[in-house]
Amino acid sequence: MEGALMSQLWIAVLGTSLIAFGLKYFGHSVPEKYLSNPRVLRINTLIPIALLSALVAVQTFGDKSKLVIDQRVVGMSVAVIALMLKAPFPVVVIGSAAASALTFHYLG
Amino acid sequence: MRQNVRVSTVNRTTAAASFSVSFTVGLYGIAFGAAGIAAGFSLIQTCALSLLTFSGASQFAVVGVLGAGGSAISGIATASLLGIRNALYGMRMAPLLKIRGWKRLVGAQVTIDESTGVALGQSELGEPAMRQGFWLTGIGVYIFWNLFTIVGALGAQAMGDPAAWGLDAAVPAAFLGLVWPRLTNNRERALAVAAMALSFGLTPFVAAGIPIISTALLAVAFGWKARS
Repeated sequence: MEGALMSQLWIAVLGTSLIAFGLKYFGHSVPEKYLSNPRVLRINTLIPIALLSALVAVQTFGDKSKLVIDQRVVGMSVAVIALMLKAPFPVVVIGSAAASALTFHYLG
Repeated sequence: MRQNVRVSTVNRTTAAASFSVSFTVGLYGIAFGAAGIAAGFSLIQTCALSLLTFSGASQFAVVGVLGAGGSAISGIATASLLGIRNALYGMRMAPLLKIRGWKRLVGAQVTIDESTGVALGQSELGEPAMRQGFWLTGIGVYIFWNLFTIVGALGAQAMGDPAAWGLDAAVPAAFLGLVWPRLTNNRERALAVAAMALSFGLTPFVAAGIPIISTALLAVAFGWKARS
């Protein structure tokens, strides 16, 4: 079981890396006119927004196939406030972790 | 590189911009290193992602999806959708860099948001400065990102239970920090809300990872028509 999980992780690591490099190299090797269609460019700007927003939601409230409210919500509230105050990225992440950890210890 | 970079010929403004971007972005590597360990990846696997994938959002996505119990396939698919933009950057950079052979391999690997951004930011200083900005930033981020990944991963290994140190909130906070600056108009904000709602709605019913990658369809729907 442990071994099967490790190989899943390695497949993910190597598969992601292979495709990531393939995409970069492809870009350097084809003429710019491909993919410079306005619709493709528009959708390409929006894809990270959709995926990253979904990751925020699932990583904040998800617990396997359930949605839960726990210490992470406190951490994320701090992250939102930090971003609204235009705090730099490390402050956002560390502030969120600190708030979540304090809540975890206080409630747990 | 092709234009024969010597220290005396490197534009100072470009070098300063490249270094500050490299160091600042490299620091995020700490958050990634910690996220990899917290998601159950080994030290070697976490470092391999920074060395080989070398694209922040894709790396966070693959550890996020697998950490939540998603399959390797959905992790790879999510990370790869996030990596499409690097192909577009490569297409933009290729006519500027004019590189072949092993230089193209290296140039491709360091084609990311930051190297492209700094290169384009030097356009007023001319093409040599743009090329310098690309290489200095690409290689600079590569070095700092990988060094700080190790720091973050070792730190997280020493910590034990991720929740006790708030790492379980640090990962979504990192995603939020990545998406926040991209929300520049109402369509983008509406898409962010819709993507969160769809992923919530699907979470109880489908395998982990699917609720995330499904939202790419929302991006297609939202981007299909030009803004009226």
